[in-house]
Amino acid sequence: MSALAVSGVSKRFGSLQVLRDINLSLEKGQMLALIGRSGSGKSTLLRCMNGLERIDAGHITIGGHALSYAPAALRRLRQDVGIVFQAYNLFPHLTVGRNIMLAPRLVLRWPSARAEARAREVLATVGLSEKFDAYPNQLSGGQQQRVAIARSLAMAPQVMLFDEVTSALDPELTGEVLITMENLARSGMTMVLVTHEMSFARSIAHIVAFMHDGRIHEIAPAKDLFARPRTEELRRFLSSTL
Amino acid sequence: MTYQFQFGAVFARAELLIDGFLLTLQLTVLTGLIGLILGLSCAVIRTYGPRPARMAVATYVEIFRNTPFLVQLFLIFFGIPEIGKTFGLRWLPSPYMAGLAALSVNIGAYATEIIRAGLQSVHRSQVEAAESLGLTRWQVIRYVILPPALRNVYPALSSEFILLMLGTSVVSVISVEELTGTANLIQSETYRTFETYALIWVIYFALALVLKGILDAIAARFIGRQKPPPAAAGAAHA
Ligand SMILES: Nc1ncnc2c1ncn2[C@@H]1O[C@H](COP(=O)(O)OP(=O)(O)OP(=O)(O)O)[C@@H](O)[C@H]1O
Ligand SMILES: [Mg+2]
Repeated sequence: MSALAVSGVSKRFGSLQVLRDINLSLEKGQMLALIGRSGSGKSTLLRCMNGLERIDAGHITIGGHALSYAPAALRRLRQDVGIVFQAYNLFPHLTVGRNIMLAPRLVLRWPSARAEARAREVLATVGLSEKFDAYPNQLSGGQQQRVAIARSLAMAPQVMLFDEVTSALDPELTGEVLITMENLARSGMTMVLVTHEMSFARSIAHIVAFMHDGRIHEIAPAKDLFARPRTEELRRFLSSTL
Repeated sequence: MTYQFQFGAVFARAELLIDGFLLTLQLTVLTGLIGLILGLSCAVIRTYGPRPARMAVATYVEIFRNTPFLVQLFLIFFGIPEIGKTFGLRWLPSPYMAGLAALSVNIGAYATEIIRAGLQSVHRSQVEAAESLGLTRWQVIRYVILPPALRNVYPALSSEFILLMLGTSVVSVISVEELTGTANLIQSETYRTFETYALIWVIYFALALVLKGILDAIAARFIGRQKPPPAAAGAAHA
């Protein structure tokens, strides 16, 4: 069974049609990269996948859950679908450790000791064990983003979504976050990422989808899509991002 | 002939003044707590509640913020027994209860607006991050929005609390014997009007300073810890 299936999804904001008849599927353990120009609907599609935006038509199945907006069902889906944002969105009043422990404690109802052990474990996988007691504003952007990844990982999700997670970072800090994501991909995590890092998408992603004007304009295995763009729009997009 | 200051007659009634002072303190603390709870609940309802509840809270807040406190006090003290009578109830609130109620609903309205501003200061992206982790609506409010919101508006809330303490003196007009009320009594017995009011004037000022000190200490203890100074943040980068 596929880890992600999107069929016939459409979405509008007021009179603006942002997604048009999107169809996608992704096997467990694969990485899908969404690329495309600003405003083409990449973030919106990603946010629809965990119910942050409501779809107008179509179906989404992700991490073993059919998307529905009933609060309890949506919460169950979100337990199995992590998302990491461009702006990290760590909780500023909580230490790194408590940021990570919050959802396991409140959502999974784990006792404190178990949640703490889990927090230390995921913090180690992103290479930040020594930051357990630090506050977010004491960390660099790259470190904050790795904590945000760890916070999602603590829930042991089936699928992870990433929305331009390196775009807010200084160039010298993007590497550490990309390495973290690459390790995650190697560990077998199913991942969907919106990215402007073309070389990362090309070398790590299994499938790349080029979005244009609210549609999946081209979709192919990473090597093929970059080596042999079939449409003029993709060719132009790729040459503009070089 | 020059005026002779005579504090002796006033000090002779120190016990009365101490009782008044304690009642002022009691009114301040009780009203502060009730007002805070009222403000918290109403701010959460006004921001996240269903539409009719939001409208009800907005009405409450606007009514109490846009009318004189003295009139609110009279309405509660004199009006509630009248309303009770029409329902066949023979209930008279004591001046103290009426004063406590009026002060609480008044401060509650102001606290609602202050806390609401705090809730709105927490960015929408924080809510999305928390909801994406599977937290319930209530958990998001309780654990993600409220702590930084209250931290942001703590200075405004604490100066409101000092204003509340000073405002308790108004309830002396319905003969609650708090500090100002006892001063009224003492000056009418001793005719030492200036001395009496000068003394409680100093007491109010001292109390305001002490309360401010306590509130600042609470801030340093609990809020300082949550938000390390920028200097510490800078050092951590190095
Ligand atoms: N909440 C919203 N309300 C109204 N319009 C929106 C909203 N969010 C996005 N849009 C619009 O939908 C379109 C797609 O936006 P989206 O954020 O999905 O683009 P994107 O491909 O992620 O772009 P970028 O690369 O700049 O992040 C844009 O025209 C945007 O202005
Ligand atoms: Mg985007």
